[in-house]
Amino acid sequence: MAIERFPVEASHILMFARSVGDPNPIYADEGHAAGTEVGGIIAPPTFAQASAQFDPDYFLRPKPGEVWFGSGKEPTGLKREKKEGESSGSSAGGLHAEQHFTYHRHLRPGDVLTGTVKPGETWEKEGKRSGKLVFSETITEYHDQNGELVITARGVGVRTERVIES
Amino acid sequence: MALSASVIKVGDTHHEIVVDNLTRTQIVQYAGASGDYNPIHSDEVFATQVAGYPTVFAHGMLTMGLTAMMVTNFVGDGRLTNYGVRFVRQVWPGDSLTATAEVAGVRTEGAESLVDLTITTVNQNGEPVLTGTATARLDP
Repeated sequence: MAIERFPVEASHILMFARSVGDPNPIYADEGHAAGTEVGGIIAPPTFAQASAQFDPDYFLRPKPGEVWFGSGKEPTGLKREKKEGESSGSSAGGLHAEQHFTYHRHLRPGDVLTGTVKPGETWEKEGKRSGKLVFSETITEYHDQNGELVITARGVGVRTERVIES
Repeated sequence: MALSASVIKVGDTHHEIVVDNLTRTQIVQYAGASGDYNPIHSDEVFATQVAGYPTVFAHGMLTMGLTAMMVTNFVGDGRLTNYGVRFVRQVWPGDSLTATAEVAGVRTEGAESLVDLTITTVNQNGEPVLTGTATARLDP
């Protein structure tokens, strides 16, 4: 997986900031931002995660002509046999366990990033409520239009045997 | 406005209510902005009937984004050098979250003054939903 072109745009920053409920004008108002220390609009700290929008193969976005696993006529678009003794039609699936960002600088409208994804470590743990937990790490390095490393992101996903409800 | 190393001290805290009564609509808003359309977060039919959850729940990254607002309000814009979290409990529609940063250390690295923060976000029952750390550049 790789992100070949992630253009950072002011309108996307505005929408992202709204979605996390942050009214800080540094994310929306060029006039205000110009008079601050940073000198212009920047992206909120977790914005790099929106690179998913620019990953052509991102599996959590519906794509034309492809079966989607959310509901339509049926509760899920996936057709799959229920295994003997299985409690629900789908496994508990993957959850996001950890996310870490290292900022070499903050993103600005006009940046055009690439994302290089490397697998990290994998480890297992026995969970009290969830059965066996399998953790896997992914490291994404974002470089800007000048080839400079701007953000390093480290995500940890976990797959569980059973649904966790709280 | 950024924090100053001459004023801040270990043990100082800053907290904010980062969401009051989280709505399903805000979760949908985050799905649209972030591009993570996992139906577990926005599709009640899928979340309950297929995945077996009581209802939809927020993206961990929404909680991290809500918490980031508290952190940047505390340290100033463009000051973060590191921000990392663990998602320790799910966040559900109707939850209200309070995010807190505590100063764990103040140090210098080369010419820069840095603050290390311990971060905790709890729900309306006082249960942690997110724990983490952040580092930010300080004014001298």
